[in-house]
Amino acid sequence: MYQFNYHKPATLSEATSMMVEAEEGMYLSGGMTLIPTLKQRLASPSDVIDLAGLPGMSGIAIDGDIVSIGAMTRHAEVAASDAIPALAELAGGIGDAHVRNRGTLGGSIANSDPAADYPAAIVALDTTVQTSVGAIPGADYFTGLFETALKEGEIVTAVDFRIPDAAAYEKFPNPASRYAVVGVMVARCGDRVCVGVTGAGPNAFRATALEEALAADFSPGAVDGVTLDSSEFNADLHASAEYRAHLVGVLTKRAVSRIG
Amino acid sequence: MATETGIGASVKRKEDARFITGRGRYTDDIGQHGQTYAVFARSPYARAKLNGIDTSAAMATDGVVTVFTGADLQADAVGDLPCGWMVKSKDGSDMIQPPHPPIAVSSVNYVGEPYAVVIGETLEAAKNGAEAVDADFEELTAVVDLATAANADQIYEAAPNNQCYDWELGDKAATDAAFADAHHVTSIDIVNNRLIPNAIEPRAALGEYDEAAGTYTLHTTSQNPHLERLVLAAFVNIAPEARLRVISPDVGGGFGSKIFVYAEETAVIWAAGKLRRPVKWRAERSESFLADAHGRDHVTKAELALAADGTFLGLRVKTKANMGAYLSTFASSVPTYLYGTLLAGQYKTPAIYVEVQSLFTNTAPVDAYRGAGRPEATYVVERLVETAAREMGIDPAELRRQNFIQPGDFPYATPVALTYDTGDYEASLDRALGHADYAGFAARKAASEQAGKKRGIGFSCYIEACGLAPSQVAISLGAGIGLFEVAEVRVDVTGSVTVVTGSHSHGQSHETTFAQIISEKLGVPFENVTVLHGDTGRSDYALGTYGSRSLAVGGSAIVKATDKIIAKGKKIAAHMLEADEAQVDFEDGSFNVADSNQSLTFGEVAFSAYVPANYPLEELEPGLSEKAFYDPPNFTYPAGTHICEVEVDPDTGVVNIEQFVAVDDFGHIINPMVVEGQVHGGLAQGIGQALLEHAVYDDTGQLLSGSYMDYTMPRADDLPSFTVDTTVTPCTHNPLGVKGCGEAGAIGSTAAVMNAVTDALGVASVSMPATPETVWRAMRGND
Repeated sequence: MYQFNYHKPATLSEATSMMVEAEEGMYLSGGMTLIPTLKQRLASPSDVIDLAGLPGMSGIAIDGDIVSIGAMTRHAEVAASDAIPALAELAGGIGDAHVRNRGTLGGSIANSDPAADYPAAIVALDTTVQTSVGAIPGADYFTGLFETALKEGEIVTAVDFRIPDAAAYEKFPNPASRYAVVGVMVARCGDRVCVGVTGAGPNAFRATALEEALAADFSPGAVDGVTLDSSEFNADLHASAEYRAHLVGVLTKRAVSRIG
Repeated sequence: MATETGIGASVKRKEDARFITGRGRYTDDIGQHGQTYAVFARSPYARAKLNGIDTSAAMATDGVVTVFTGADLQADAVGDLPCGWMVKSKDGSDMIQPPHPPIAVSSVNYVGEPYAVVIGETLEAAKNGAEAVDADFEELTAVVDLATAANADQIYEAAPNNQCYDWELGDKAATDAAFADAHHVTSIDIVNNRLIPNAIEPRAALGEYDEAAGTYTLHTTSQNPHLERLVLAAFVNIAPEARLRVISPDVGGGFGSKIFVYAEETAVIWAAGKLRRPVKWRAERSESFLADAHGRDHVTKAELALAADGTFLGLRVKTKANMGAYLSTFASSVPTYLYGTLLAGQYKTPAIYVEVQSLFTNTAPVDAYRGAGRPEATYVVERLVETAAREMGIDPAELRRQNFIQPGDFPYATPVALTYDTGDYEASLDRALGHADYAGFAARKAASEQAGKKRGIGFSCYIEACGLAPSQVAISLGAGIGLFEVAEVRVDVTGSVTVVTGSHSHGQSHETTFAQIISEKLGVPFENVTVLHGDTGRSDYALGTYGSRSLAVGGSAIVKATDKIIAKGKKIAAHMLEADEAQVDFEDGSFNVADSNQSLTFGEVAFSAYVPANYPLEELEPGLSEKAFYDPPNFTYPAGTHICEVEVDPDTGVVNIEQFVAVDDFGHIINPMVVEGQVHGGLAQGIGQALLEHAVYDDTGQLLSGSYMDYTMPRADDLPSFTVDTTVTPCTHNPLGVKGCGEAGAIGSTAAVMNAVTDALGVASVSMPATPETVWRAMRGND
């Protein structure tokens, strides 16, 4: 780890101004990606700004059909919540117990790791990402590999999830890292069917071809006729793009079966 | 007492209290006054000329004490790292051994090879310094792929075709004749995937130089500290053995990877002498991936000739073995004398011929890893036999049974240089078939099909040769060292016992099991026995632990020393009881005079030996401490049957192990719980090789599987609850009748898994590791 200046601001505005002042600042949320990256000397920020001291950033609040989850809420807390069972299941499958007790929702989606679990839910469910300067619709939030619609210095403060009629998350874990090789969340809200896919592409996305097929016929069999364009899909030691595309179909079917 | 803590009792481990409570004392736990820290600058290239190194920026870095390059070591006459086993090619020529300087001098030949070592006042300073070392590399085309290495760029001037040796064993003419007469020939092409050992404790070293005494002390994570000392003294020229002490304190796993003498501890002990300050190094996990010796990595074509009734007639094997960039300490022996000699398996195959071409590549050195050659041999034989059974329509269990060496055939000389002393292969097979409910398999398969799943069953009837080794046999085959073991049994004045063993425990539980042997033999309470190991300053020249040798060789040395204690005790007792020595026997901790009620306890005799008031000093030295060296007359031959049953998800290719049965014959067992633990660990590694683990380099020689994000270690949830059982045919030639259990799990299991996977899929072969995508593609016809 290289040396850096450590800050623990007490307010959101203090945090963002520290970022502006820093030569090369990085926010620290749960630290589940940043700390290992620092330890391996793969990042050398001048300043690390720890968000753990910010008030009101943690916890799950339900208001009507909106579940608002603070950005600093740990995965373990979401996993234990019954607000949205599919989301709880997703959170309960992230990393291991240590990671779930340190890692945060805001940290995960701010990082936009292509293999993280939460992004599937952000795009599949009707969500709004609340930030230090405004709000971003979940569907527009992920913009590329480790890239989001967040502006420089903008901090995720909470995510609002509209409770779906039904949803299910299916994950094919990387056998080594246990990140998602592919993760698929299928959600139904009235007539609308959303299929959020993580792991397969450079960032989480909605599989519109699958959504259309399922909107017409919400059954596992409806998936069979759909061919996904895998030209932009990820490929690594564990799964080729072709295999990832195949898994998207398999996992979608399984999620649909579970929703019934 | 003996029944609770003696031979055969599942005594809880003495070691566990300190390990579980974090009180173990590992190399990195040790610190010395004035200690400095070493960090190695490692090659980013798989193959490059090293045109020069500019250390000025590194030297100017805050807190850097100094920087040493390969040239500095060379200028100080530091020798190359040697390979300890000379293998000769078919034509009688010696293997090619490229120079292996501890720190690269003029070229680098694998990613991670050290080219400078930076010594810092702090670890942080040394790291900063290592990043500032500026090397002028001229990148060359790397040779990475084993299968084509012989036709690739030549890495070393001395090694045309990148060949280390081209070795053979067996009767070629007889084998060719057997194939000419065959009714059926089964042929397979298989790859034994490259693995990275991943001991839980990374390698570490702490070098110290005592200016007053002129002596060196090296704490390091070695499985064999005396061998480490021998190499550092005789080849590297650090200091004579008498002025160099090597200590391996608690060591957290090795699996073979800590047998070898590496660059890092060599540089550390040398630097400590130069700087007159202690130097500490501990590998980071990324360094372990890059620079620990890797395992396996074979490409093989194998053929089995069969008669119409399924009788094996001949076996022909042709293997390419990857040595990596340099010959590690025992690398040459692994794909030869630990591999070719095991190709008879459990079978009476009358003619066997094996050729092994070992090749250099620009990858990390490859050497012994849990099983070392025997897993590779078992994989060849058992994949081949299973395939033959399928091709001939014979039940795979029955084809094996039909060809087994029978109990009446022992001692059995194989066509590949070994003589098996004993065994009962059908006993293990039958026991395993029972546990696995083989008769019920068809029904289970049908049920899986109903549920849309594919079920398969696979066998592996393995044999291995362990308890290395009869010294004269090993030396005649090229070993540069003897392979006996030493033990010293010191009876203390008050009757407690200290055992100094040459074996080294890095997870094997010697402090427990060796104490059980002493408790049983001398009738001394288990808790009054202390086992010491891992220190050249404490023990005579010893050979250490690898090749499942600790109990069969090290334990036998303990028994021999104990026998000497008893023999001397009888003399003392005879004198004290005024009886004829021949009338004195020793049982349950008492010396008794036959046909009398006269007896002395072991403690009374021990006390008399040290306070010799009533003692025959004119005939007998005082004291009760004996030493023994034990050189085994033969290897031991653990064998058994592993059965694996899998279910494959046709949608994803995921393989789930439904049951795994291991029935092993380890001869007599000292501590069944410890043996079961060894089998479990071995199975996890063998199954890991089959389904999960793979060291992958890209075609420029960069290690892709260089962290736990990409190298798949087996975890508890990847494995079923194992069914483990044993049968017993005692080893005929060591005093305990024991064989060795450390590697069997890793040797036998891999083939059983792959036989089950191919059975489930109904395909001839699937490459290892059988990852979901690999299996999915195999189901689709390998497209």
